Amino acid sequence: MREGRGGYGEGPWRRALRRFLRHRAAIVGLVVVAVFVCCAVAAPLLAPHDPLRPSWTAIRRPPSPTHWFGTDENGRDVFSRVLFGARTSLLAGVVSVVIALLLGVPLGILAGMSGGWVDALIGRAADAMLACPFLILAIALAAFLGPALENAMLAIGISAAPIFVRLARGATLGVLAQPYVEAARALGNPPWRTASVHVLPNILPPLLVQATLTMASAILAEASLSFLGLGQQPPAPSWGSMLNTAQRFLETAPWMAVFPGVSIFLVVFAFNLVGDGLRDALDPRLAR
Amino acid sequence: MTRFLTALLAAGLAISAAQAQTLRIGLREDPDILDPTLARTFVGRIVFASLCDKLFDINERLEIVPQLATRYVWDDAQTLTITLRPGVRFHDGETMDAQAVVYSLTRHLTMQGSFRRGEINAMTRAEVVDPLTVRIHLSAPFSPFLAQLTDRAGMIVSPKAAEAAGAQFGLRPVCAGPFRFVERVAQDRIVVDRFPDYWDAGQIHLQRIIYLPIPDDTVRFANLQAGALDLVQTLAATDVPAAQRNPRLRVSMSDELGYQGITFNIAHGPRSETPLGRDARVRRAFDLALDRETINQVVFGGQNTPTAQAVPPASPFHVRSLAVPKRDVARARALLREAGVRTPVRVVLTVPNNPELRQVAEVIQAMTAEAGFEVQINAMEFASSLQAAARGDFEAYLLAWSGRTDPDGNLWSFVHSRGPQNDGRYSNPEVDRLLDAARVESDVEKRVALYEQMYRHYLLEDQGRIYLWHRKNIVAHTARLSGFVPVPDGLIRVQGLRLSN
Amino acid sequence: MARFIAARLGQAIPTLWFVSILIFGLQLLMPGDPALILAGEERGDPQVLAQIRAELFLDRPLVEQYLRWLGRVLAGDLGFSWRIREPVAAVILAKLPVTVQLALMAFAIACLLGIPAGIASALWKDRAPDWIANGVALAGLSTPNFWLGIMLILLFSVHLGWLPPSGYVPLAEDWRRSLATTVMPAFVLGTGIAAVFMRHTRSAMVQALAEDYVRTARAKGLAERVVVAKHALRNALIPVVTLGALELGTLLSGAVLTEQVFTIPGFGKLIVDAVFNRDYPMVQGVVLVTAVLYVVLNLVADLLYAVIDPRLRTA
Repeated sequence: MREGRGGYGEGPWRRALRRFLRHRAAIVGLVVVAVFVCCAVAAPLLAPHDPLRPSWTAIRRPPSPTHWFGTDENGRDVFSRVLFGARTSLLAGVVSVVIALLLGVPLGILAGMSGGWVDALIGRAADAMLACPFLILAIALAAFLGPALENAMLAIGISAAPIFVRLARGATLGVLAQPYVEAARALGNPPWRTASVHVLPNILPPLLVQATLTMASAILAEASLSFLGLGQQPPAPSWGSMLNTAQRFLETAPWMAVFPGVSIFLVVFAFNLVGDGLRDALDPRLAR
Repeated sequence: MTRFLTALLAAGLAISAAQAQTLRIGLREDPDILDPTLARTFVGRIVFASLCDKLFDINERLEIVPQLATRYVWDDAQTLTITLRPGVRFHDGETMDAQAVVYSLTRHLTMQGSFRRGEINAMTRAEVVDPLTVRIHLSAPFSPFLAQLTDRAGMIVSPKAAEAAGAQFGLRPVCAGPFRFVERVAQDRIVVDRFPDYWDAGQIHLQRIIYLPIPDDTVRFANLQAGALDLVQTLAATDVPAAQRNPRLRVSMSDELGYQGITFNIAHGPRSETPLGRDARVRRAFDLALDRETINQVVFGGQNTPTAQAVPPASPFHVRSLAVPKRDVARARALLREAGVRTPVRVVLTVPNNPELRQVAEVIQAMTAEAGFEVQINAMEFASSLQAAARGDFEAYLLAWSGRTDPDGNLWSFVHSRGPQNDGRYSNPEVDRLLDAARVESDVEKRVALYEQMYRHYLLEDQGRIYLWHRKNIVAHTARLSGFVPVPDGLIRVQGLRLSN
Repeated sequence: MARFIAARLGQAIPTLWFVSILIFGLQLLMPGDPALILAGEERGDPQVLAQIRAELFLDRPLVEQYLRWLGRVLAGDLGFSWRIREPVAAVILAKLPVTVQLALMAFAIACLLGIPAGIASALWKDRAPDWIANGVALAGLSTPNFWLGIMLILLFSVHLGWLPPSGYVPLAEDWRRSLATTVMPAFVLGTGIAAVFMRHTRSAMVQALAEDYVRTARAKGLAERVVVAKHALRNALIPVVTLGALELGTLLSGAVLTEQVFTIPGFGKLIVDAVFNRDYPMVQGVVLVTAVLYVVLNLVADLLYAVIDPRLRTA
């Protein structure tokens, strides 16, 4: 394996960090994410209006100097709601993906490395999960756990996990076929060591890509779940539920959809840039 | 060659003429089974309007008018004699006669899984007097009975077809309506064709009707605008102005027979143990905190009719003296103080997950907050919310009732202590007595007086429920369609409809 | 090979059994008494409810309900829909052609847009084409299908009048009208998946292009295009194949929002309506069919792994 330019004393993580910091696109992504996180945290300070306060005389008004992003169907300030909605949506996006990764990746690696009946069992269980409609799981969980954002994140995480199982398994098979891994196994390295040293770092790229993609669907899924009584309940805003509401006013009040929609796009885009930076930084083969 | 071309052209013209006489109707959802005895959904009734004629119908003034029957006589309060229209045929060519009527009514009353039983269980038996006369015996006087025969309970099916098909009759219904069943593709379309031997064939100017279920309001409207539909049932209130501006469309509206309101859990299980459940003053304060007209403006563009009772102004049973309460936050606060409850009073409002109702809940939440309530909205998928209501697992439940022609259908079952849909278990012997009395009274004015007294106890004293408004039946159709008459029941009657090119 | 395929198909049986248990278990957790929903506005009458429960065996213990159902399925009968009382198998068969057609069209669009865009993006990494491809793909991904669908209808059907806004015409009936009615929904579904393909292809290509043997090949002076096609792409395809199988499975199990916008009578709407109406025989039927599809698709994916990289055959 090639050593980086940092000399002998530099560990792999340090090298990754150094490379990441030199990755321009990744830094842009990181800054955008940071801005959104700051907005979410400092929403009470930044928001010009109370995001929950309706105004019956100013419903569905277009953007103006007092309401930068216009007002919604109850006359609430869309800009303030986008700021506060960042809290729910960022949490929903990140936490659900982490749950899916933690559930899916170990199982996928296990399936790929063990083969045989373990592989078959995990594989068929994942098939069964994929075939089971998300809606049923969501309604059952809503009744069982009650309406809370955490429960929605759990439901989204569970339902996204099979994808990571399949992806990790497929990538693991590819890595195991590499000569150096075969050699490591032949030399009698214990499986957990092979998994953590050789397999995991090499299967990260597709997992990172999928994680950043899943984030977009998680943010949108949160809204449909809140509609089923599982996620954030009204009047608290989230980008997804703002988009859902805006569906009814696509022609009459497009600004209601545009601003939360653009926010989702920016966050997803930024996370994808960060993901790309991470994969470049972690990939031992990419010398720069 | 020329002759060939002419033939081709003629064929083309014939096709386009036939197409012009095809009416495509967009429905809000896919109907359930098309068997008048087993059917339950409102959209199903819209399809039946072309398939199955009834003994009686209602007109736009909610008066009962003849259809398959020509007249009726109450021999006494428990005996009804109906004279049938001569020369009526079912779609299978069989004759519609007294025998068929007795068969159908008996089927409604006794068939396994019948949903009509509850509507006509006052009937003990029906008998054939002569081929065009039927006599019906009731176990007790029941004034809503005739109104039941204007809906599915009054639909007459072909006994021969029904016997042959048994429980599968709904897959190919055979009735005596102006159109006969052609095919149905679940969740896609229902096709019916003109029945040439219809008794009133002169009123039928369409060749074919296709019913297309399109659940989303925006999508349904877009299809109408694009010319892929000729008529749509219900339009989102917010789309009405755009439809009215469009020169190629016509919009017609009428008050629906039902209402939207808030049911309180007063005595049904542990969740009734709230200030709201225990004290009528708290419920009254909740009502006073609401500004129905503003909610109507914000959510429905001002289209609905705010109300304080179960029956719309179009009905002769509307109680004129019952005014819609004005918002009075100061009095609401005073009532809460008088009741000695600690503010804010926490209320969980259960809402079925439809976008409009959810917005209504959000507006209610904001309005009642000013009077000292803290409303938590619990949006639920519809089936879950129904079960929660039936089990008493709710504090306040925002719901809609599609309404019945006779006021008894909007009240008894929801308000009477033995009423099967009295989810909040409201109970007041005096209210029960008045509701029962109104059931046997046949004089309209006397019935109105009874209902007026009933409302005084039920609403002014006990505030057992909040009636919010009557929605509008909104129908939009292409300007090429003429002859549409809106009736408060929201059905699309096909008689007189005509499509021009 | 034949034995491998047979063994994998054999695994479908325990999978189906597991799925059916899972669904029955979730029924237990799900609120919403089917009898209440079936009774409609007649739900207040306890007699009506009792009658429905008796008729559908809902008053029996769940285990008994399950065994009854299982017995019938083993005899080849998926039962009747509780709501519309039509045989479940017939309804599913009727929806199969449209679902498959739409899924394949969307999948083709996704492959044609996503994979070349991903390759281009990797070849011009960190330059304009990469940024543009990423931006467009992620914008597509963040746009809800419902939204894109309505926009397309408003543009192509309402304003321009080029395409029908709804309805479905079977291929066999009139292939041109059939394509006209499915091209917009297929595009909506396809673009979302194209984004996924693009991102995965890009990532895998970037990785493959950095591999030693690709560098060697380049050093040997092979034309760039051949290198890309022969070596890099081949290795880049593994995650794309995995994802392809998953996404095609998702497509075949129906896309409710897109179907709703374009009024396409496919599986998505069927299953959602069945769940909302607590029409459990229908839910079970559709889920079983979907499970079979997933098992087959994943088998195909595993076979493709071996085609792409012969070393994987031993795995």
